[in-house]
Amino acid sequence: MHEWALAESIVMATVEEAQKEKLKKITQVTVFIGELQQIEKEIFLFALNELAKSQKPPIIKDAFLLKTEKSTLTCKNCGENWKYDDMKKKLNETESESIHFIPEVIFVHARCPRCGSPDFEITKGRGVMISSIKGVR
Amino acid sequence: MEPRTSVIEKRLKNINRIIAVASGKGGVGKSLVASSLALRLSQKGYRVGLLDLDLYGPSSHIILGVNDEFPIEEKGIIPPKIHGISFMSIVYFTGEKPSPFRGVDISNIILELLAITQWGSLDFLIIDMPPGIGDETLDVIRYMKTSEFLVVTTPSKVAMGAVGKLLTILLELKKSVLGVIENMTMTDSSFIKKEVHRLQVRYLGKIHFDENLEESIGNPDRLLKTLAMKDLNRILQKIKL
Repeated sequence: MHEWALAESIVMATVEEAQKEKLKKITQVTVFIGELQQIEKEIFLFALNELAKSQKPPIIKDAFLLKTEKSTLTCKNCGENWKYDDMKKKLNETESESIHFIPEVIFVHARCPRCGSPDFEITKGRGVMISSIKGVR
Repeated sequence: MEPRTSVIEKRLKNINRIIAVASGKGGVGKSLVASSLALRLSQKGYRVGLLDLDLYGPSSHIILGVNDEFPIEEKGIIPPKIHGISFMSIVYFTGEKPSPFRGVDISNIILELLAITQWGSLDFLIIDMPPGIGDETLDVIRYMKTSEFLVVTTPSKVAMGAVGKLLTILLELKKSVLGVIENMTMTDSSFIKKEVHRLQVRYLGKIHFDENLEESIGNPDRLLKTLAMKDLNRILQKIKL
């Protein structure tokens, strides 16, 4: 349940930002979940809602809107673009779980499907990000 | 918006002291000093964590003889205890495969490790740093504001050249530098001592080259009985560690 730790970072960052913006109430927080991190959405949402209780400024019930961001991996060597989904089957359970904890270890466990290079980059869909915070001033 | 930076302070708030064992140069014995320091403090009854931040070439797990241990997933990840030390390393996620990371990936990995690792209450967190003044050093300075630096060099002029640069930047950034350890000495040269004093940093002493040390790698009980560790203990006493 390392989703809890990530949810905690989302709630803390949201509250910090809301305090900076002098919001009295947080009404909606849109969170992008990168495909690479393979977050269990239900657990993540449960953790967010639990952690949202008794915050200042208050976060209204069901304020979190989760959106999955598909990954794009781009090879720096040959320019090939592909998705994590395309290569998932080639990874074993340990490799996949390691990427769940630390998405960057994909560079350790995977290679460009076209040229075999380990020198590619995660251009989209890495991990959790806050895309927007809405509230009342 | 990047959320992980917000939680790092909370993850580290119950750690009394953070000591980064660093050097400007590779191969000077940072990992050995970091692991031995962690073992020594743990044997003295302190609650100790060890974080291997050498992401390209982690080696603390080899020194400590880590085998099949893996962190427990519990509201984050809880590092397994190795010889009484809460030990965290990228090696749990990479195995022994090569790690071709670029700078931006290094910073992301450090952020992720700091955001999800649940250290609990510790008296000391020792960090085994990679060589140089790159992303890892800058990130430790940025995210671990209370960190103190214990710097290691060899008697080599080449090593001291790079170590001098590290010391200069640490001093410029007003970081606490506990001192410099001269490792693997074979002569009575005072070159390093003079250079360290020139930079107005504390010179802590020499660890003599110990040809039997290699045999104790992976066996902490044996490691702590080596002549090199006797030298290190004498040095650490000077700074009350």
